[in-house]
Amino acid sequence: MTKEELKGVYKTYQDLPLTPITSVNSSSNRTGFWKTNKPVLDESKCIKCNICWKFCPDVAISMNDDEFPKFDLGHCKGCGICAHECPKDAITMVMEGDVA
Amino acid sequence: MKMVMTGNYASAYGAKVCRAEVISAYPITPQTSVVEKIASLVSSGEMKAQFVNVESEHSAMAALISASMTGARTYTATSSHGLLLMHELLIWAAGARTPIVMSNICRANGPPWSVWADHHDAMAQRDTGWMQVFCEGNQEVLDSIIMSYKLAERPDIRLPSMINEDAFILSHTVEPVDVPDMELVDEFLPSYNPRFKLDVDEPYGFGSLVMPDMYMEFRYKINEAMEAARQGWRDVEKDFEKTFGRNHGGLVEFYNCEDADAVLLIMGSVASTAKDVVDKLCSEGKKVGMARLRVYRPFPVEEIRKLAGMTNIIGICDHSYTFGHWGPMAQEVRGALYGIADQPVMKNYIIGLGGKDMTPEILEKIFLKTLALKDGADQEIEWIGVKGLGGW
Ligand code: SF4
Ligand code: SF4
Repeated sequence: MTKEELKGVYKTYQDLPLTPITSVNSSSNRTGFWKTNKPVLDESKCIKCNICWKFCPDVAISMNDDEFPKFDLGHCKGCGICAHECPKDAITMVMEGDVA
Repeated sequence: MKMVMTGNYASAYGAKVCRAEVISAYPITPQTSVVEKIASLVSSGEMKAQFVNVESEHSAMAALISASMTGARTYTATSSHGLLLMHELLIWAAGARTPIVMSNICRANGPPWSVWADHHDAMAQRDTGWMQVFCEGNQEVLDSIIMSYKLAERPDIRLPSMINEDAFILSHTVEPVDVPDMELVDEFLPSYNPRFKLDVDEPYGFGSLVMPDMYMEFRYKINEAMEAARQGWRDVEKDFEKTFGRNHGGLVEFYNCEDADAVLLIMGSVASTAKDVVDKLCSEGKKVGMARLRVYRPFPVEEIRKLAGMTNIIGICDHSYTFGHWGPMAQEVRGALYGIADQPVMKNYIIGLGGKDMTPEILEKIFLKTLALKDGADQEIEWIGVKGLGGW
């Protein structure tokens, strides 16, 4: 079985490898659709302290020097840890469908 | 080279001659001298392996699963509560199809606390997807490691293998053991090279979530491999004999079973004592035999049916028990013989728990009890040697 075949069609158990193998890594495997609530930042409150970035269990927050945190909603699972840990209450969890 | 050594050293040398590359283990009585010996072989440079120190048996198995997924040959050893702590990861190792080889020095589980031999620890791992061998002597301990790698790494098998040796009776008792030349082992056992590996240059993810349309299919594949391993053991032992000039009796070793009036079915080192007792009773004109169940998983259904054709009475001696319903071997033997014509009389004996000594005198008593069961078993199960129970 080659890497190409791993992507092939699965009809019978014989088509499967010995154990589940994925050739895509988790950055291209977008699981963000699982969430119910998403983080929304109020830039006027944020002091760019990096705390949300450190705590995010899904590595879904990126921060560059002197920039506000960016949320990768393709991977954010909506756990709300960033909002809970933010010392300035700059992050609000908002029901996904509710925000344009 | 012939050396005099304990079962534990035979285990360590087994890992060495197979060129195990990653060892991870946590010490526990009576396994400790296996890993002590390997650690000293590694530190002296005699054995080229990485020894990963861990804080528990659970971590030891986790480390080996990962190491095995990189394509390394892996080995560990444990005992009793250490094996029980590994349980979750034993199931993972089989599901991940990592051909890890492990020695389990069979020791009773507590409480009551005990360090002596019985098979309860190994039996509790029956459903994990590991192959299981039970050894009678120290040579078999070493040889079964070599055979295990050969079979476990076969592309259509790819299952982990557990070699069980009885605490102290094998683990700390010395016997002459032939340690084969590594070159000869190399000839028999090619290096392990799985198609898909954990590899930073070509990354894959392993063991991921599957939906219900695939899960049962993956489990079926494990079972298919385990079923194939039955013939696999027979073939590997034949190959082994061609290269090394000895065998250990196949999946079930028959000792004087043909036309015996009664046979005791035994696992592990008690078989040695039983062979002496068979010789003594035969010299007195009694027709008894002994069968040693050597490979417990996959279960040797054909060999057990063959045994049923050789004798009229089988005493199934479990070195273990399942609270509430017979010993594990008795359940499986009765299951394998269910529905066949001319079923022998069967009786289950629970023997030697927590190191209760199985002397020739006690075994002789069991043989004589069993011979007397021509017209059917007096009871389905009897615990042997329990003070206060029927004449002990
Ligand atoms: S924790 Fe709050 S204040 Fe700190 S960077 Fe994140 S959003 Fe801004
Ligand atoms: S909600 Fe959770 S997953 Fe999403 S960005 Fe915040 S901490 Fe990360």
